[in-house]
Amino acid sequence: MKVGVYICHCGVNISSTVNIDNVVETIKNVANVAVCKDYQYMCSDPGQEMIKSDIATHGLDRIVVAACSPRMHEPTFRAAVSDAGLNPYCLEMANIREQCSWVHEDKERATEKAISLVKSAVAKASLLEPLESTKIPVTHNALVIGGGIAGIQSALDIANSGYKVYLVEREPSIGGHMAKFDKTFPTLDCAACILTPKMVDVARHPNIELLTYSEVERIDGSVGSFHVTVRERPRYVDMEACTGCGQCASACRLAGRIPSDFDYGLAKRSAIYVPFPQAVPLKYTIDPDRCLMITRGKCGKSPSCVEACDRGAIDFEQAERFHEFDVGAVVVATGYNEFQAKQRPEFGYDRFENVLTGLELERYFSPNGPTGGKLFINGKVPRSVVFVSCVGSRDKRVGNAYCSRVCCMYIAKQAHLIKEKLPDTDVTVMYTDMRAFGKGYEEFYERVQKEGVHYRRGNAAEVYEEDGRLHVRAEDTLLGEPYEVEADLVVLGAGLRPPSSADGIASMLHLSRSSDKFFLEAHPKLRPVDTVIDGVFLAGCAQGPKDIPDSVAQACGAASHVVNLLSKDYIDAEPIIAIVNEDGCVGCRTCEQLCPYEAHAFDEKRGVMTINKALCKGCGSCAAACPSGSISMNHFRNDQIVAQLLEVL
Amino acid sequence: MEKQQWTPKIVGFLCNWCCYAGADMAGTSRMKYPPNIRIIRVMCSSRINAEMILKAFQTGADAVFIGGCHPGDCHYVDGNYRTKKRIDVLKRLLSHMGIDERRLRLEWVSAAEGEKFSQTMQSLTDEIEQMGPNPLHLTGGETYER
Repeated sequence: MKVGVYICHCGVNISSTVNIDNVVETIKNVANVAVCKDYQYMCSDPGQEMIKSDIATHGLDRIVVAACSPRMHEPTFRAAVSDAGLNPYCLEMANIREQCSWVHEDKERATEKAISLVKSAVAKASLLEPLESTKIPVTHNALVIGGGIAGIQSALDIANSGYKVYLVEREPSIGGHMAKFDKTFPTLDCAACILTPKMVDVARHPNIELLTYSEVERIDGSVGSFHVTVRERPRYVDMEACTGCGQCASACRLAGRIPSDFDYGLAKRSAIYVPFPQAVPLKYTIDPDRCLMITRGKCGKSPSCVEACDRGAIDFEQAERFHEFDVGAVVVATGYNEFQAKQRPEFGYDRFENVLTGLELERYFSPNGPTGGKLFINGKVPRSVVFVSCVGSRDKRVGNAYCSRVCCMYIAKQAHLIKEKLPDTDVTVMYTDMRAFGKGYEEFYERVQKEGVHYRRGNAAEVYEEDGRLHVRAEDTLLGEPYEVEADLVVLGAGLRPPSSADGIASMLHLSRSSDKFFLEAHPKLRPVDTVIDGVFLAGCAQGPKDIPDSVAQACGAASHVVNLLSKDYIDAEPIIAIVNEDGCVGCRTCEQLCPYEAHAFDEKRGVMTINKALCKGCGSCAAACPSGSISMNHFRNDQIVAQLLEVL
Repeated sequence: MEKQQWTPKIVGFLCNWCCYAGADMAGTSRMKYPPNIRIIRVMCSSRINAEMILKAFQTGADAVFIGGCHPGDCHYVDGNYRTKKRIDVLKRLLSHMGIDERRLRLEWVSAAEGEKFSQTMQSLTDEIEQMGPNPLHLTGGETYER
């Protein structure tokens, strides 16, 4: 075994604390070390060339680089080693910068530590084995979960690149929250005008198979070939026959009597409905919890919708359907739920009908909303409106420490819209801090202030009713004094919460979530659309609160990663995985229960455990637990770890 | 051989995704701590088995530090819960062997918690300095078979 050891100065980052000459002199005499050199910047071209030429001239078979963290430059040096014809896994790094020179001041002891870390790396390197990645075939389809703006954008981008996309949405229509908005901040674009064309594109796209009123039931497999089962709930309407004419809804015996979910109960609909007039697909759906025929088995003499439909599209016999298909990649775009304002009872959301949440007010602005876009709330035009920010955001009492990012700006937008429609109405915004971080946001905030909206810093404390009017009590934290405002309408700037459907998706795909319960990206800076599960990507609010531009940008990013993956026929699977030594395995199946990825499968016939190379993520939990020591964790084998351990002691 | 002044030998097994990254963060932020710790990187704290920890105590470690992701943040979904269970059991075993269980410390350190890592190293080193050497090594510092 010939090990080449390279000690990096990192300019003076390492060499100012660690005596490099001492390290080199000591390491030269360590067993298996054939070459030991130092250089100013090992990661530079000359540094890498030094390693490459030494591999050729000295016939080195293992390389140790003592420099920065392997999290920084391991890929760089693996590539260099590989260029020189050595297996890239024959490299080990000693972290003598982040974990030595940068954190210690005593030069002697830092040098001593560096020597021990390098020795430890040499010991491990001597035991390293070349590893080969396996080739996994790629199915050239994608699944997008969630049909909000993020899911729509991802699906369109992937489909436009020539790959088939299954877009699954659990509501009867795609469009998500954005379909409920009137205008978008800060440009005041009409939300419907920019969203509905995209929804239509989705419906017409030859590469997109749209599965609405459907939920992902099960996902098996791994990157390249996920097997997906989708459950489509019965609409009790034949999708082929329905033209969306709406005769059925007008005829329905319960017409105008059922609170519309889409309008948060502010408007009424029939038991057979489309959530909103621009729905895609424009197909009617029977509400199974309300329809008399379904709940009671009887609706007059005969159901009036059946009589009204010339096309004979109504079918009470319809059952749920299951769709099964394979995809190579998955985009999770499951969006968010609005924070439940009743969790802050002091604001009286449950008690006063003139206390609304931001999304509810949004429906009043919308031309397809309960009042056709007129600010006529519970029969009155509000003369004084108070917005309360940070309801359910930056609030540890309700378990949400994070900022929801959109509330400051949607409040500014709604304040503007009120001033536009009702110039004489007083509008006060009680804000915690103003966060106008995006392009054009600060300017918009300034504009809204100029329009006469009063911004007062400080949290609202309470909403109460007196003499038929609402009163909001708050503290002005700039003046340091309490004050009260009378209001006809109080709008709670409710924050964003991860959707309830996230639990199921997380366990199906084995996704990690951050402490706020939004899905966790693979790296907060450098891999913001990837997850730790290969082939699964995140778009939109599923990953954390976002406004529309950010959701769309992330959706495009996720789509580009999907396309990147689908454009290959095969992908290389990381070889740092667990391997079963079948001669030693006694078939106790201890490891099987430990694997969070269900990568273990017991071979009943031979009585041994097998590990699926594509599913294993290489945590090594099973290897640590195997009672017979028959699971070997590549690159982190027991003997390799113990060899490292003995050198540092 | 001249007797050197004793200073604690600490071995750290750190998971790649959280604690190791947290230790890197301490470095990037130049947060100083005593140089007693020798870090060994593993992909997940649940890779570490009892044998490795016992081997460390047997061959001269005065303390063993295990660093993993915070509960709920594990890169491998729930590896850190397994680590917790294993370490709890092992601590009881160590007490039976006459090794103070404080010599085996498990901490959750996230990739952002450089400060926590640095403080933990300081407090662990201080604590072990007060406790003195690993009792398995009091007999002249000789080690048992490797």
